[in-house]
Amino acid sequence: MTTPWLRKQWAAMLRIRLAEEAVAAMVESGEARCPCHLYIGQEAVAVGVCAALEAEDTIWGGHRSHGHYLAKGGSLEAMFAEILGRAGGCSSGRGGSMHLRSRENGILGTVPIVAATVPLAAGAAMANKLRGEPRVAVSFLGDGTIEEGLVQETLNLAALYRLPVVFICENNLYASHMHWSERRVLDNLDRAGDFHGVPGERVDGNDVAKVYRAAARAIARARDEQGPSWIECRTFRWRGHVGASFDMDVGVRRRPELVEWLERDPVRRAERELRARGTTTDVYDHATEIEREVNDALDSARRQPPRPADATSSVYQESVCAR
Amino acid sequence: MRTLSYVSAIREAHAQALASDPRVFLIGQGLWSPWYAGASLEDLDKEFGRERVLDSPVSENAVTGLAVGAALAGMRPIIFHPRMDFMLLAMDPIVNQAANWSYLFETGVPLVIRSAINRGGEQGAQHSQALHAMFMHVPGLKIVMPSTPFDAKGLLLAALDDPNPVLYIDDRWLYAHTGPVPDTMYRVPIGAGVVRRAGADVTILAISWMAAQAAIAAERLEAEGIRAELIDLRSLKPWDAELAVSSARKTGRVIIADGGWKTAGASAEIAATVAAEAFDRLRAPIERVTLPDAPAPVAPAEERVYYPDAQTICTAARKLMGRRSREAAA
Repeated sequence: MTTPWLRKQWAAMLRIRLAEEAVAAMVESGEARCPCHLYIGQEAVAVGVCAALEAEDTIWGGHRSHGHYLAKGGSLEAMFAEILGRAGGCSSGRGGSMHLRSRENGILGTVPIVAATVPLAAGAAMANKLRGEPRVAVSFLGDGTIEEGLVQETLNLAALYRLPVVFICENNLYASHMHWSERRVLDNLDRAGDFHGVPGERVDGNDVAKVYRAAARAIARARDEQGPSWIECRTFRWRGHVGASFDMDVGVRRRPELVEWLERDPVRRAERELRARGTTTDVYDHATEIEREVNDALDSARRQPPRPADATSSVYQESVCAR
Repeated sequence: MRTLSYVSAIREAHAQALASDPRVFLIGQGLWSPWYAGASLEDLDKEFGRERVLDSPVSENAVTGLAVGAALAGMRPIIFHPRMDFMLLAMDPIVNQAANWSYLFETGVPLVIRSAINRGGEQGAQHSQALHAMFMHVPGLKIVMPSTPFDAKGLLLAALDDPNPVLYIDDRWLYAHTGPVPDTMYRVPIGAGVVRRAGADVTILAISWMAAQAAIAAERLEAEGIRAELIDLRSLKPWDAELAVSSARKTGRVIIADGGWKTAGASAEIAATVAAEAFDRLRAPIERVTLPDAPAPVAPAEERVYYPDAQTICTAARKLMGRRSREAAA
């Protein structure tokens, strides 16, 4: 990949990293009260995949979706405001961290019920197919999600109807507090689609260029009406399942593994590559700029008024008159 | 006016919707087989193509979720569950997703979730259930339960127009019933009940199959000098509390006839509201005619005592009027 491309993706990853560290600080200080599931360590997956998408393509995610939202173009300030329950939040302060929306960027909504948006992504792909639009839906799902039968049902439907959908399985090795080996016998998530005829592959999820290349192939295949694909992105979640601490809910025995994965930091990896290509000064300037952007967005979000207490509005959408 | 059967009215609504709106598509089990859907979807696949009329694999959860996603992406899907019992496998997309998205994201989920109640026929505990009350509990859903061919068509078309998820629940025991049905694309408003028969002595608030039974009961009661006012609620969420309460205040006696279970059933909610709003005018405790709190049996003798009908409603009316039941007298 070219240096300008890599610099752009590095900047996108750093933006997520700094935003998530800001959220972590808000969780630790008690300023953020809703459950926050941080994306730190997995940035290359969201950024690599979204680099291969267009604005009209939709993405679907779960409880750990800050990274997907930002990578697809979601506003930083609106995300912070949402986490803080402000009226100007990306979901008008109704959702919190786990329910993010950015319609203009193809994010109709994220939800924390495990696997819930997997068939929704297939449904959006079905809509694209029936309308004859060359649009793609991407389903981001964690390794724990594969334990829901719903994923198998959806893989079959996607294959059967040749839907333009791409399944990105982010294998961060943990589902909540449980390591994959405590939940499964085989380390074979790349093969999840085999039974249904959905081609799969495994990529290094901490290498943004590798993620991008695999995603771009799968997305092109979907656009070309060749049907769904499955990509396992092997990565690691630095923080606990929920909240800011590094090992609060997984125990100290995770420490050696964490140290090993900190070495594979996707952001620093891209940065090292950029330095090797001789763009050092540029990187420093840009990092300062991103840091300022994140801080400014957070400050603006904090200044927003809270959502008014109208707890029963919008249960239904207003019906329009019959045609 | 032209006469159609209930099942043909459902089919006509589907056909007209498919013909007039390219966003409409049908998905679910048994769509290519009259064995599952009766004649309610017969040959729609031949008329509109199998791209838009999809007989799906046995994956209630994913197929319903797919329909929710398609609705969010601008389509007007109708997902069909030929037996409501199996729809329980799709609780997440219905209760957590379709029902929540308006509140969470200010987004319409224009989805029709159609299911059929298959009571009787010795089908037993997992092929006969009427589970509408479970969904009545959930904010964000709408529920319609037509009892006549006219409403069967008009409520389906209204459900398709609605920006919210609507559960359209029909009953196999009504499929052969006939009645006037215009050939135009008319709508029956969701949430509006209708007075089927006016009367001054007792109000019968009835739903779906029990509304048809209540019509028979009202005839018999008339012959005994009991003038029943029959209200077919037609929609269960929202339900027409205003109409029900005004009738209850007029007659002072209320029977609620629902083909679901008693405990925490639709009848319990309706009774609580009517009791609160018409308390000063009630002359007797509200009577509920429902299924007993037991799963559906298979043996014919047990089915006969399990399912309430016109006679059960008549017995309740006589009790409210302070008369001995005919059966007891005989």
